[in-house]
Amino acid sequence: MSTQNYYVPDQSRFPIFMAFSLFLLVMGASSTINSLGDADSNSVYILYAGFASLFTTLFFWFRQVIKEHLAGLDSNQLKTSYVYGMAWFIFSEVMFFAAFFGALFYVRNFAVPWLGGEGENGVGVAALDLWDGFESAWPLITTPDKGAEYVLAEKSMAWPGWGHALEWLPLWNTIVLLSSSVTVHFAHVGLKNGNRKKFNRFLGITVGLALIFVGLQAAEYYEAYAHYGLTLNSGIYGSTFFMLTGFHGFHVMMGGIMLAVMLARSVFAGHFEDHDHFGFEAASWYWHFVDVVWVMLFLFVYIL
Amino acid sequence: MSAVIENHHDDHHHGPAKGLTRWLYTTNHKDIGTLYLWFSFAMFLIGGAMAMVIRAELFQPGMQIVEPEFYNQMITLHGLIMIFGGVMPAFVGLANWLVPMMIGAPDMALPRMNNLSFWILPFAFFILLSSLFMEGGAPNFGWTFYAPLSTTYAPPSVTFFIFSVHIMGASSIMGAINVVVTIMNMRAPGVTLMKMPLFVWSWLITAYLLIAVMPVLAGAVTMMLMDIHFGTSFFNAAGGGDPVLFQHIFWFFGHPEVYIMILPAFGIVSHIIETFSRKQLFGYSSMVWAMLSIAILSFVVWAHHMFTVGLPLAAELFFMWATMLIAVPTGVKVFNWIATMFKGSITFETPMLFAIAFVVLFTMGGFSGLMLAITPADFQYHDTYFVVAHFHYVLVPGAIFSIMAAVYYWIPKWCGNMYDERLGKLHFWLSFIGVNVTFFPQHFIGLAGMPRRYPDYALQFADWNMVSTVGAFLFGVSQILFLFIVVKTVMGGKKATDQVWEGARGLEWTVASPAPYHTFTTPPKVD
Repeated sequence: MSTQNYYVPDQSRFPIFMAFSLFLLVMGASSTINSLGDADSNSVYILYAGFASLFTTLFFWFRQVIKEHLAGLDSNQLKTSYVYGMAWFIFSEVMFFAAFFGALFYVRNFAVPWLGGEGENGVGVAALDLWDGFESAWPLITTPDKGAEYVLAEKSMAWPGWGHALEWLPLWNTIVLLSSSVTVHFAHVGLKNGNRKKFNRFLGITVGLALIFVGLQAAEYYEAYAHYGLTLNSGIYGSTFFMLTGFHGFHVMMGGIMLAVMLARSVFAGHFEDHDHFGFEAASWYWHFVDVVWVMLFLFVYIL
Repeated sequence: MSAVIENHHDDHHHGPAKGLTRWLYTTNHKDIGTLYLWFSFAMFLIGGAMAMVIRAELFQPGMQIVEPEFYNQMITLHGLIMIFGGVMPAFVGLANWLVPMMIGAPDMALPRMNNLSFWILPFAFFILLSSLFMEGGAPNFGWTFYAPLSTTYAPPSVTFFIFSVHIMGASSIMGAINVVVTIMNMRAPGVTLMKMPLFVWSWLITAYLLIAVMPVLAGAVTMMLMDIHFGTSFFNAAGGGDPVLFQHIFWFFGHPEVYIMILPAFGIVSHIIETFSRKQLFGYSSMVWAMLSIAILSFVVWAHHMFTVGLPLAAELFFMWATMLIAVPTGVKVFNWIATMFKGSITFETPMLFAIAFVVLFTMGGFSGLMLAITPADFQYHDTYFVVAHFHYVLVPGAIFSIMAAVYYWIPKWCGNMYDERLGKLHFWLSFIGVNVTFFPQHFIGLAGMPRRYPDYALQFADWNMVSTVGAFLFGVSQILFLFIVVKTVMGGKKATDQVWEGARGLEWTVASPAPYHTFTTPPKVD
């Protein structure tokens, strides 16, 4: 554990720019959301400005880090810092998803059955006689209150049975995403063996699979809104379904962009060596993480 | 490429840059630590001013000074500002200053991200405070923002609140990742895990808790946002959700959060008691294991905040027992501190006074916590001033006294000057008396049944409320003295030696006072 020449960067403008970008971003987001439906509101431009300056700052920040790395300023110890940093970042992401999975388990095992009158807690709810005739079920298609604010779905996204398995999009999504984890691994192997052609080819396939996944997911959402009547307003089933798959989809996009950037760096700038490629490795870890989340989603949101 | 190397080369010959940009662009852990500490002090004064509004209104029964709506905004912002703006940034500031020096590292592991995690905080609190001037006023649902108060019945500014919490969370997560990576990767040769100073250990565990629970808080506020604006039903039973689900998610974050605010205090107090008792800590490894046990248990006790919401009996029993189990490692720590002082040649400098007060008063807060952990008893105490007294005892003479102790203890190392011992002692006694006069009577009025979060109360609570308000203003005013002492010490004073305190041990005391801008650019040898 030598601390010889640990690179401590000079003063940097990136963080304060980034902080200000995030400020614009959240101010823009809050005002835009608060003025939804108000056609005269201009707050969305603050949001756009926030995104623009965030991406610009990120671009130049990463460029600087890459430059420093190519200039040989990174000791092995600094690389270890990046490795640990990425690992703990992924752990924080795991906990973010844990909140939503926790919500799903809670409503499935406690809240909805209790509303239906099961268990010692359910008796109290039933005694209120609030939503007469509500029956606990999952997927919950009929909400306890059938008021106008709920768009009742006709159909859920759950496993349709073997007869309809092949026309069931989530199965294809699973196949696509699982294969992309394999192809990104092949790319990694190629890189480690110094085979750049193999690396580029398999990384390109992975990015392609990511695009296909996002496309299929969009098709599934379209299907849900247009044909199933399943929306964010469909009660707790729609809430958990869209939030879990939505955040996962968003993470797929982020991971896909990371991998695409790595591909561009390799193809256009010839970055990464067989022994030195943590930028790519971090992106691929992220990709495997996104894949594992999908497997959990497939099990607990779609199948079980 | 070579320009990059040149810049790097220059860096080590220069001291700090001049002017405002030094603070905006800095990557230096000492600068960032200073920023965190001053920011936290500013928030402490703002949150404190809000506490004064609350106590002034409660000086006597009836409505005197503020409208009930504004009172609700004050209790909400007071809690949020003190927790996320006062205590947490103060501990991160101390970690920035001390962790690299204690483990012999040249800086934090990821210096630019370190700057980012500080500078997003002022923006977050600007957003939060600006909500006071928005239509419908600031958030008014209490710092725990229970649904449906914070969803169905919230003012429009809740959207800004949600995003400012996101930013605070991002700041904490990045700060915590930096601390963990620094401790895991940057220790000088010879600083093995079980030789790390206890403050470093306490922060390693705290950072782990932060990374584990801040994303859960982000999830909770995201669900709120969706429920409010996009029609989801997470916290709405009419759609199949459950308002109690909010409480589960919130307290899964919230309980580890309270340990986030006390574990670094344990580290600080261990150092100070050791130094001024001129003895080695009674049991180092038991202290480490106690902190680890507390951290792990903190994940399985959250529902003791929710005993009265209608949990199944099995859950009430489980969370009661699990909570009481925490008394065991906490007891290990308290007896450890006492055993360290036993037969020591103790002197009572200001940091030691604060540390001893911490041990006594924090233990009292712990005992009232034990009372609250007893489920059947909690049905009586729940949401009364007894709870307010309990958590203020662990947070004010607990967390905040430890922060003040740390400032007095390390400030000679930070700026090279000794603080004024007479003024320091005066500050201690005023704070000590103020804190107890404020919060001790709240136990009585709480047990007598006064509910928290109301701007008015029944006549029988009048006397003790008046006493409490007098104490609060005494405590509040004494903190101006603290500001004066700190500024005076920064400006000048008796020069500190390198070791500063006779009994002080550890790497940070081997460098000059004030600590040079860059320390340990090559790692020290530690046996």
